[in-house]
Amino acid sequence: MNQARWMVLASEGAGRLWLFLVLLFLYLPILVLAVMGLNDSVHYTLPFTFTTRWYEDLAGNERLLQASVNSVAVALANTLIATTLGTMAALAFARYRFRGRTALQLLLFPPITIPWLIIGTSMLVLFFWTGIGRGLHAMLLGHVALSLPYVIIVVGARLASIGPELGEAAASLGATPFQSLVRVQLPVMAPGIVAAALFAFAVSFDQFVISYFLAPPGVSVLPVEIFSAIRKGFTPEVNAISTIMIVVSMTALLLFARLSKFGGER
Amino acid sequence: MRIESRRRWAIAWLTGPAYLWLAVTIFLPLSAMLYFSFQKKGPFGRHASEFSLKHYEAFFTKGYLQDLMWRSLEMGFHVTLLCILIGFPAAYWLARRIRGRWREALFLLIVLPFWSNALVRIFSWTIVLRPDGVLDRAVHLVIPGLPTIDLTDSYAAIIIGLVHSYLPYMILTCFLSLQAIDESLLEAARSLGARSWTILARIILPLAVPGLAAGSILIFVPVIGSFFEPRLLGGPKGTVIGTVIEEQFTVVSNWPLGGALSFILLAIVLLILAAASPVLKKHMSTT
Repeated sequence: MNQARWMVLASEGAGRLWLFLVLLFLYLPILVLAVMGLNDSVHYTLPFTFTTRWYEDLAGNERLLQASVNSVAVALANTLIATTLGTMAALAFARYRFRGRTALQLLLFPPITIPWLIIGTSMLVLFFWTGIGRGLHAMLLGHVALSLPYVIIVVGARLASIGPELGEAAASLGATPFQSLVRVQLPVMAPGIVAAALFAFAVSFDQFVISYFLAPPGVSVLPVEIFSAIRKGFTPEVNAISTIMIVVSMTALLLFARLSKFGGER
Repeated sequence: MRIESRRRWAIAWLTGPAYLWLAVTIFLPLSAMLYFSFQKKGPFGRHASEFSLKHYEAFFTKGYLQDLMWRSLEMGFHVTLLCILIGFPAAYWLARRIRGRWREALFLLIVLPFWSNALVRIFSWTIVLRPDGVLDRAVHLVIPGLPTIDLTDSYAAIIIGLVHSYLPYMILTCFLSLQAIDESLLEAARSLGARSWTILARIILPLAVPGLAAGSILIFVPVIGSFFEPRLLGGPKGTVIGTVIEEQFTVVSNWPLGGALSFILLAIVLLILAAASPVLKKHMSTT
């Protein structure tokens, strides 16, 4: 009896320790990154001496500032376009059963599953060939393509949990399809749409591979700028800007989590 | 009749824009790449298009390209295996032993790093793994007198970085399938006298196969197509098929070869998926 209890306690402890170690493994490098952005040494040496000078240097770094502005601009445009187009498609999938519906839904998987390296280089080939060229507009084209499947899936999940009854009720009470959409369905869908928008923002803001192949010399977004800084030899300034990026995208995900399935209401 | 045509218009208007976008930015580019992989030259300058198999032949005649492809597959295998070994126990504990708010909070903590920039996380490992970096110091704190641990530009560094990048996928997919297991099934087994080891091997593991398989695919495919992780963490030792493909587009401008290698990579992925599909189907249909 006593031995059995010990076994249970030991396995309980081992399981918790394992989870703790996994979390340590996941967060340790991120913490080191953030801490080193506040350390005075250029060569990342200890002891730790607190400074905010790397963050102050950021304010004077024209290239990084321009890249940040580009990143945010592309991410916002991406969010707007992908959320609108994706929500429309999700509405069609939720409301109508039609021929080719399953095929269209299956077409959402290649953009998610084919390695970004192959998608990015393919975009480069086509955009160069057709004269679309490289640049922020090309990145936007690519980011929307990557965000669309996620938006359709996230909004679709919300619509599936609502069901068609609300729309039917509105129609039976005499609402026109447009009234039913604007006054009844969109408000109920709102958490799903906002969650999808946050997701789309993060997809674009964090996207490196596609942007890397579509960035012409002189025009860049944050991840591309960070990559070239890492390759050329870097200072803790890169840590500072990286920390800011992590905080921005993690905030977006936390909001997403609140609004989607992790929230209190289910 | 009028309703039917209105319905069609609605479907076309709602799905049209999204799928037109996907066609122009995903499926058309892939077709263009496929086309150029069978061309002698890329779309530079004015020359007549000329069909050629030479870029595919290059892969089968040049041993080093096959070696690099093999190296990438090996890397994908190692990363996937490590993710299973580390992720499955964590997912099991989270899904079956921890309840309530704690479970939600821990789950969120595990998936959260996933949505911070992948490049930045790889960069953070270069700082952790460098000589006199955090790992080096921590190890020497525990065991003084060891020689300097320098994992800069090593295969181990690439594997650590990639496992860090993709581990949340495995935990997520395993968590979902483990969570769905009916507790009464396990109670029944226990009351019939099954030991916990038997329950794990005969009930839990088979029921978790869809999660393990989905996680493995979600990890293996992007890992064999990775290029900046091996480049940043492996340095000169980090040459894999992904970095070779990247160089065809950014350095040497041999787009047709890059395209041919990309499609060989995709073909290998499809072959592996096809080989795994009987197992997948069997387990998917039973759950």
